[in-house]
Amino acid sequence: MPGFGFSLGFTLFYLSAIVLVPLAALIIRPWELGWSGFWAEITQPRVLAALKLSFGASAIAAAVNSIFGLVVVWVLVRYRFPGKRIVDALVDLPFALPTAVAGIALSALYAPNGWLGAPLEQAGVKVAYTPYGVMVALIFIGLPFVVRTLQPVLSDLSRDAEEAAATLGATRMQTFRRVILPSLAPTLLTGTAMAFARAVGEYGSVIFIAGNLPMVSEITPLLIIIKLQEYDYAGAAAIGVVMLGVSFFFLFALNGLQAWIGSRR
Amino acid sequence: MKPLIRPRSATDDHPLTKIVLSAVAVVFIALFLVMPLATVFSEALAKGWEAARDALIAPDALDAIRLTLIVAAIAVPLNMVFGLAASWCVAKFDFKGKNLLVTLIDIPFSVSPVVSGLVYVLIFGLQGWLGQDLRDHGIKIIFALPGIVLATMFVTFPFVARELIPLMTDQGRDEEEAAVSLGASGWSTFRRVTLPNVKWALLYGVLLCNARAMGEFGAVSVVSGHIRGLTDTMPLHVEVLYNDYQYVGAFAVASLLAMLALVTLGLKSLLEWRFAGEIAATHKH
Amino acid sequence: MSLVIDHVTKRFERFPALKGVSLEAPKGCFLALLGPSGSGKTTLLRILGGLEFADAGRIAFDDLDWLALPARERRAGFVFQQYALFRHMTVAKNIAFGLSIRPRRTRPTRAEIARRVEELLALVQLDGLGKRYPSQLSGGQRQRVALARALAIEPRLLLLDEPFGALDAKVRKDLRHWLRSLHERLGLTTVFVTHDQDEALELADLVAVLNQGRIEQIAAPAELRARPASDFVADFLGQGPAGPGIVPLRTNSRSGPTRDGWAFQAR
Repeated sequence: MPGFGFSLGFTLFYLSAIVLVPLAALIIRPWELGWSGFWAEITQPRVLAALKLSFGASAIAAAVNSIFGLVVVWVLVRYRFPGKRIVDALVDLPFALPTAVAGIALSALYAPNGWLGAPLEQAGVKVAYTPYGVMVALIFIGLPFVVRTLQPVLSDLSRDAEEAAATLGATRMQTFRRVILPSLAPTLLTGTAMAFARAVGEYGSVIFIAGNLPMVSEITPLLIIIKLQEYDYAGAAAIGVVMLGVSFFFLFALNGLQAWIGSRR
Repeated sequence: MKPLIRPRSATDDHPLTKIVLSAVAVVFIALFLVMPLATVFSEALAKGWEAARDALIAPDALDAIRLTLIVAAIAVPLNMVFGLAASWCVAKFDFKGKNLLVTLIDIPFSVSPVVSGLVYVLIFGLQGWLGQDLRDHGIKIIFALPGIVLATMFVTFPFVARELIPLMTDQGRDEEEAAVSLGASGWSTFRRVTLPNVKWALLYGVLLCNARAMGEFGAVSVVSGHIRGLTDTMPLHVEVLYNDYQYVGAFAVASLLAMLALVTLGLKSLLEWRFAGEIAATHKH
Repeated sequence: MSLVIDHVTKRFERFPALKGVSLEAPKGCFLALLGPSGSGKTTLLRILGGLEFADAGRIAFDDLDWLALPARERRAGFVFQQYALFRHMTVAKNIAFGLSIRPRRTRPTRAEIARRVEELLALVQLDGLGKRYPSQLSGGQRQRVALARALAIEPRLLLLDEPFGALDAKVRKDLRHWLRSLHERLGLTTVFVTHDQDEALELADLVAVLNQGRIEQIAAPAELRARPASDFVADFLGQGPAGPGIVPLRTNSRSGPTRDGWAFQAR
């Protein structure tokens, strides 16, 4: 069949030009500082604080999403209720809504005079311009990853095993805990890891609500932009390489996880 | 006959469980998804319809809309052509390193948007690899349209390809081989056999690619330089207005983007529902 | 009389699956529900197991109002056609499941459960395979694990849905005899569903022939052979072993559902 040489050639050229060469430029750049310079760059207290916030808030947001995402999927797959199609479509909103829009919306919503910010303020909880704000934005951005990963698997889960558990005397809760959850666990882990990986790199939806106080609510991607504004390219690249390493780790870990799930079936 | 006592079905949840779980799901979605969306429109109209409209027809806003359309008009077709070429060679031929190629195509999805912009600054920026040469020749890439287009292409790179690759792999190569054996050229085989088979999946991918291209913020923010009227796309304009405390203007432009998102979601659901068999299996509901 | 089914009816959205089925069977009986796909036999079995609910009618077993009990309180061991083993548990864990989920007061000790599992593994001739996962077993072995799992709860009633349906002919024949002797040894009341008349006639004490949601005849195998009560029964018993694909449906069927449509509805 014709077209192999042309299509593969074009694919490789375009892939290299747009993705691979630029990434190589990133990976090479920080080494002009030498290993010790690179290490000094990424172990500055401000960088460490940003990394800690990015990973910590992402982990908490992913954990929240794994629980509520599971509930949302369960309700969407197992129950019938009016407006289900709309709720189902809405789940994709964080994928479709530009992150800057989400960012200013969340910021306005949780600001001290916002719809949610005002009552929370009365209750003594500050969300906007604190690390909690970062978490809220990351929960928003991560939800569809958990829901969309889990949804097809729960839909395809055969009812046989649940019926068998019932005839053997299991309560619904026991069936869920011992039969359903173990079948969903690998996929739930996949979706949660995807939400986490996305959250670590997220920028637009976070910066408006975060307040961006150095050492307190400053996320790692923002620090890259600050370094660039100071024309500290090598410093920006050093942080960029760390983030890229995390991305690659997740990319391959998730591929491995998928392969493992595939082999279990 | 006496009425039956009817226990619940063995795989049915307790009615109370149903109510509690449904309530949790609905409240969670209302808090985290519906309320932010409602905020956008409510803030845009906070000072009335006129104020929102005026903000949208301000010269800077119109420039931002124009720039966003231009960027999408360049980046989306290029990524579409790439998606078609990549899925053609991956789905219709066997070669070494195919799995690696598919993984590499997915990379931009897992990279932080800020890093996606950063890589181009490191090449084309003033202190980048080519920065000095470009400056000597008077070519501007960073803080100009080409940089914005490149960053947008990077972040939307996989959309079309990842829709088409699984679908075309499923479809196999029988039809194309039949067409070639009947004397069709490669190009007419592609145009008359392959393309009609994947047109809805292609539209699906282009739709998502376009939504992201018009809405990208992080990557574009790094390469744009925020020059009002020149290098501000709509999302960047939203940021500028917001940081200027011009909330009505910021949310007016944001509501335009939110409407784009809602239209995208509507069309996406329509495609999933109407053409379930003709888009990739992962999207069937 | 131990199992009494009295005018049980069941309608799915579009099809009447059971149109008033009544039968009686003594305790310790091996009862076969025989009929083509869509005759309602699986639906009746699932109603007995508590997995489906009758629209009307009564079922009494052991003097209990059987239909008022939820599935998990019936202690009816149900063996599914596709085994329905828990894939993420070992064979031993599968068999132990029914015991290990009991409330602490009535749960046997860990050692006691382990002993019961060993016994059951020996009973179904799978000694030493307790640590395997279901995916590492053959079809016939999986079917015996499913049976051992159902027996572990000391069922009052054993329900088998086409237990040999997914197995090849040779394994089927072997398992048939083994199942019959097991039934006698344990003194169980067993109901099993099949579309294979040879299987029903060879195994059962009592055969109920179902057709389109009604019982055409219920009798001992010899009686059934000698005096079929209707053309349908004579037809159905007359032909050679029927595979699932070549089961005849009467062409004058009123509702006219397809075989697949029925099968889908009834599952």
